[in-house]
Amino acid sequence: MNLLLVLPLIIPLTVAAISLAAWNRLRLQQYLAVGGTAALLIAALALVASLWHGDRIIVMQVGSWPAPYGITLVADLLSGIMVVLTGLMGLAVTIYSLSSMDRPRASFGYYPLLNLLLMGVCGAFLTGDIFNLYVWFEVMLMSSFVLLALGGEPAQLRGAIKYVTLNLISSAFFLAAVGILYGVAGTLNMADLAEKFNDEPAHAGLVTTLGMLFLIAFGIKAALFPLFFWLPASYHTPPVAISAIFAGLLTKVGVYALIRVFTLLFVFEQGFTHHLLLILAGLTMVTGVLGAAAQNEFRRILSFHIVSQIGYMVMGLAIFGLTTSPALKVLALAGSIFYIIHHIVVKTNLFLLSGVAERLGGSFDLKRLGGLYKNYPGVSLLFLIPALSLAGVPPLSGFFAKLALVQAALATQHYAIVAIALVVGLLTMFSMTKIWAEAFWKAAPADGAPAEGAPVKKGPQAAPLIQSAPSVRRLLVPIGALAAITIMIGLAAEPIFELTVRAAEQLVNREQYIRAVKGTAP
Amino acid sequence: MTTYLAILIGCLYAAGIYMILRRSLFKVILGLVLLAHGANLLIFTAGGLKRDAQPPIIAPGQFAPTATLADPLPQALILTAIVIGFGVLAFALVLFHRAYQTFGSDDSDDLRE
Repeated sequence: MNLLLVLPLIIPLTVAAISLAAWNRLRLQQYLAVGGTAALLIAALALVASLWHGDRIIVMQVGSWPAPYGITLVADLLSGIMVVLTGLMGLAVTIYSLSSMDRPRASFGYYPLLNLLLMGVCGAFLTGDIFNLYVWFEVMLMSSFVLLALGGEPAQLRGAIKYVTLNLISSAFFLAAVGILYGVAGTLNMADLAEKFNDEPAHAGLVTTLGMLFLIAFGIKAALFPLFFWLPASYHTPPVAISAIFAGLLTKVGVYALIRVFTLLFVFEQGFTHHLLLILAGLTMVTGVLGAAAQNEFRRILSFHIVSQIGYMVMGLAIFGLTTSPALKVLALAGSIFYIIHHIVVKTNLFLLSGVAERLGGSFDLKRLGGLYKNYPGVSLLFLIPALSLAGVPPLSGFFAKLALVQAALATQHYAIVAIALVVGLLTMFSMTKIWAEAFWKAAPADGAPAEGAPVKKGPQAAPLIQSAPSVRRLLVPIGALAAITIMIGLAAEPIFELTVRAAEQLVNREQYIRAVKGTAP
Repeated sequence: MTTYLAILIGCLYAAGIYMILRRSLFKVILGLVLLAHGANLLIFTAGGLKRDAQPPIIAPGQFAPTATLADPLPQALILTAIVIGFGVLAFALVLFHRAYQTFGSDDSDDLRE
């Protein structure tokens, strides 16, 4: 039982350690990475299955130190779902990397770093101790710093400097908040803190201020308005596989941390905290989508859309705090969790597809791309599935995610956020059609120098780069699988929604979490 | 003592943020260092300062401490944070140095595309 809880940490660590030992044997590292991420996915699925059947929270006291004194690992359904998504994205991106990662990067520690990143992400999802959360954040950040800068191209350095600086500032805020929190409450175990903050805590004003410090720290990681500027400045610079795993997982760790602390700890002054979250959610959606509208680079458009989508996830969290009805609380959080599931799958896939478009068209610049539909209708259809899902077209996954959130917002009479959510959905559609029209639909541009490395075109209508098509075929394996999952989430929306509702119920029912960790009734 | 430390922490934060806002990348690094130190000292202070406190060791034969004890946990947290901060800042230093070599300038305005 407890093994399931540590496997998501041990598997990537083992793979990374062996890969580091086998530094010169790239082939072995690749096999290990594929096997390890597959094992991670299976272990995570087993964890969720176990949580689902028992309808419980699995807890492990590391080193057998009882709850408030030692470090506690906790898996509720939300953690379980996030770990499954981590395993899935890890596997997809590893398979994609096999044929897309250039040799210098691949043989300079790419695979061990990727696994350390996955370990950090899983650790952040599974810990029940807020200082331990900081440590896992740092594990994840450190790997992401190196991955982002790996290769050392000028654009990467530019992006990495902004990314590193902003994330270190966020870490400093996080650390300061943890320190004051310990001074105020005398404990760092999240369940213990939750119990202490159950009703009006002793220093309510100070604790709410701490909540705001955590909001800044996690808001930077989650790319909330107005703290998101590092994201569009850095995510388009590394190789596609790296930006895909960043896009899928890293900001969502921030969102997860926000959900965790604002459902478990800072829930006694929701009129203020969660109302602020709602305002931030709306502003995040709008600025993200407007930023995307101004861009002409494939991955920059997608990066700005990450920002805008973060707004939807936080919107559910905000509505959770602004209603007193337990059913609506559950609906709002379930919407958020559904949105996270949908978003991680779709966004990673879109980034992976941007890499295919770049291979086929020779550029990430929409002005230079073109004619992909004419020459590669299959690839184009694969793009349409996540793109339409992102915009929320039924019956794809994004539609149901938005439906749940909008329902919750309507039921709690937050009409402004509903209007924003729907308009932003429309603008997302506009962005996706822009990519579609520019990269896939319009004729390949006749003028303008072809990008470096692209074979010379014979004429405006000549099929570009037919000869490189086979090299793309292997890249399409993970993309096709993720697209299939997107469709499946849409078609099997009900069972998945039920899963997210159960996860949300566990979050709303704080006593269950406290009892599971501390082993006593609160 | 707490008051003095609070003022010192405030100064560290102010200086750190001022440095981060400078254009020179080297000063940004220094700012990050100061910010990390400020945070560590903040944990130390917020964890509770006690005069004449003993290390939390219970004498043989006894089951409860007799003297005022110093809380060891903030120091454990700071130690962890120092180690992490050291690693991260070492990486940042190398990254910024590499950027300096690549762009031939440590002015962040010259990093624009």
